[in-house]
Amino acid sequence: MSETAHADAHDDHDHRPTGWRRWVYSTNHKDIGTMYLALAMIAAIVGTAASVVIRLELHEPGVQFITDFQFYNVLVTAHGFIMVFFVVMPALIGGFGNWFIPLMIGTPDMAFPRMNNISFWLLPAALILLVIAGLIDGGPGTGWTVYPPLANADYHPGMAVDFGILSLHLAGASSILGAINFISTIINMRAPGMTFHRMPLFIWAMLLTAILLLLAIPVLAGALTMLLTDRNFGTAFFDPAGGGDPLLWQHLFWFFGHPEVYIMIIPAFGVISEIVSTFSKKPIFGYLGMAYAMAAIGVVGFIVWAHHMYTVGFNVETRAYFTLATMVIAVPTGIKIFSWLATMWGGSIKFDTPMLFAMGFIFLFVVGGVTGVTLANAGADQAFHDTYFVVAHFHYVLSVAAIFAMYAGFYYWIGKMSGKQYPEGLARLQFWVTFIGVNILFFPQHFAGMAGMPRRIPDYPDAYAGWNMISSWGAYITAVGAILFFVVLWKTLTSKETVSANQWGTGANTLEWTVESPAPFHTHEQTPSISTQPAE
Amino acid sequence: MANEAAKTHPWHVPEPSPWPIIGTIAGFTMAVGGIWFMHDGPIYLFGVGVLILIYTFYGWWRQVIIEANTAGAHSEQVKVGLRYGFIFFIASEVMFFFAFFWAFFHSSLPILNNVAQVWPPEGIELIPASGVPLLNTLILLSSSATVTVAHHAIIDDNRKKAIRWTWITAILGAVFLFFQAEEYIDATFKLSDGIYPSTFYLATGFHGFHVFVGTCFLAVCAMRLQKGHFKPDHHIGFEAAAWYWHFVDVVWIFLFINVYIWGSSSFGHIAAG
Repeated sequence: MSETAHADAHDDHDHRPTGWRRWVYSTNHKDIGTMYLALAMIAAIVGTAASVVIRLELHEPGVQFITDFQFYNVLVTAHGFIMVFFVVMPALIGGFGNWFIPLMIGTPDMAFPRMNNISFWLLPAALILLVIAGLIDGGPGTGWTVYPPLANADYHPGMAVDFGILSLHLAGASSILGAINFISTIINMRAPGMTFHRMPLFIWAMLLTAILLLLAIPVLAGALTMLLTDRNFGTAFFDPAGGGDPLLWQHLFWFFGHPEVYIMIIPAFGVISEIVSTFSKKPIFGYLGMAYAMAAIGVVGFIVWAHHMYTVGFNVETRAYFTLATMVIAVPTGIKIFSWLATMWGGSIKFDTPMLFAMGFIFLFVVGGVTGVTLANAGADQAFHDTYFVVAHFHYVLSVAAIFAMYAGFYYWIGKMSGKQYPEGLARLQFWVTFIGVNILFFPQHFAGMAGMPRRIPDYPDAYAGWNMISSWGAYITAVGAILFFVVLWKTLTSKETVSANQWGTGANTLEWTVESPAPFHTHEQTPSISTQPAE
Repeated sequence: MANEAAKTHPWHVPEPSPWPIIGTIAGFTMAVGGIWFMHDGPIYLFGVGVLILIYTFYGWWRQVIIEANTAGAHSEQVKVGLRYGFIFFIASEVMFFFAFFWAFFHSSLPILNNVAQVWPPEGIELIPASGVPLLNTLILLSSSATVTVAHHAIIDDNRKKAIRWTWITAILGAVFLFFQAEEYIDATFKLSDGIYPSTFYLATGFHGFHVFVGTCFLAVCAMRLQKGHFKPDHHIGFEAAAWYWHFVDVVWIFLFINVYIWGSSSFGHIAAG
């Protein structure tokens, strides 16, 4: 267990700035983390609302109320962008990362606290640009993949796609600066004695996520710049009429896009590892294997991008390679799943809400992982490509698994962040409503997809009516779960019940549990020292 | 940094700062102004954004320089962190250029591309690599040597020599930019003439912009040398400028070899099918 020579008993409360400057000018990792979490919650309301409108439209065959199909496409696009760039990434990376990297490695703040602040503030600016994009000139009906020629000036002549591109440029700048900050902090600022092989797995996850961000996001920035000049300055990168090739966009986008999905899920791995260990009252099983499995997933994640493009006409050797490389990822992923199970095996498990969400995560991620192996086959993908089977797959791994990790992390750490106890009974109810809701929502989509239902359509043949209606009811249940979450949040923040420094007891042995709850404005002003690794 | 003396850890936690939000306003203004300009609006809103951005750079980095000259703020451990931060920034820049090289190779290699059948495309009047591009290669390679001379002068505490060679490096950067501008003016193809100018102008153009940034960075370092900011064991700003300059140099080597020599030679690029 991590032992600290010193628990911060006398933190400095004197330098806390007040008023709006405290937040707008902030150089405090906890305040910035809180702002990230708040932004993610606000964006989640918008993103969830978009998805519920989508499910309402798909509730029955025929047009329900969306007569403008471009608007339907805009909803799909907005839902994707908002959930990826303004919900999952800000919550898991910006929120939990900012809050708990300095706390868990025993350092007073991030390496570059001012840069940390611009990383945050660029995101609301990017979100405003994205909202403008949705409201202007018919909106971007391109999907989050923004494929040309649909995204070209011929088919989206207005400003909408340009606003979307610039929104992603600002969000990307935010991510790159954040990544530089995270890597520098973790490499340089760990407390004495905390070697790489003694870092908590959440820190490993954040380090690897930041490396993926640093290397993947600039490629998107380059591609977006080419799309911008194609649209506005007459270049021909993606235009066959000028000798360009729309496939180039798909290569560049997915060279970013595939690492991006690991950018969203590796932080979740880190959160789940901490929680499973804490609530099993056991060190994580196979600590080093867990760390290097994440590293392997990160490395291999860069050489599998074309499995998103199996139907574009690659030769068979290319498809064979990408099938093989994609399936290899199942190995480190399996290491993680089985190590979580082995951590729980023989443990004294407490089924508090964070653990319920962690176990929910493992179940949902396995379901999504299994369909991932199915889709990895270039042959099978000829049939599955662009069907609801793909939608079901990536919503199991991202939408629900990553969201479950966010909920799990929230319940695990809200006591540390706010000093308040969340209402356990209501929280467990929220878990069960959400768990049942997402499975009713997404499991039937496998069947609709196998029957051939295409993605991104507002209307569909009557044959798919049954599964779609079940799926829509699942969406409404999930939305009730989301509303319940905000009730829990309200009850927590207004609660009189406080929590102790280590509310989870002996299983919670990382450094954040050595400081009082709520964590004081400045922590680890005196450097703690670490003598053993988390796994021991 | 009133509390620097009182702290017990080596890290630098700056006071709250207005610059991040001002920088955000700059980025937002440039985005909206740029879109307006691209859709037949005036350019002044974009220009306002650029001015705010320059103001942000000035104010923020002025603050950093003040801290660099404050005892205790940039401790040895903080200096290590600053170096890491700059290396990772350069790594992200490498990946940005990676995208443009990918576009270049995808467009020029028929094995990757189902559209283009010949490279360079017909009708493109090439820029001979042995002319201005070779001259610019020599200029940029020389500047890599001169910046190293300046660096050694700083380490040897020879300030006059360091000032002289840093200015020489910055001037070589400016000369490079002058020749590149000449090359663009003399080129017979324009940006909208298809895939060859697209890859050519964006790859070399972004490189040129980086040379401009690096030249400014070096000029600031030369002025800071004149003010006596840099010590043999305390010159992170100069190190960062030198690393950036070497990065810009390496990108140019790749551009020269691939885009100018290989990509402009008209042999062996006939598609099989």
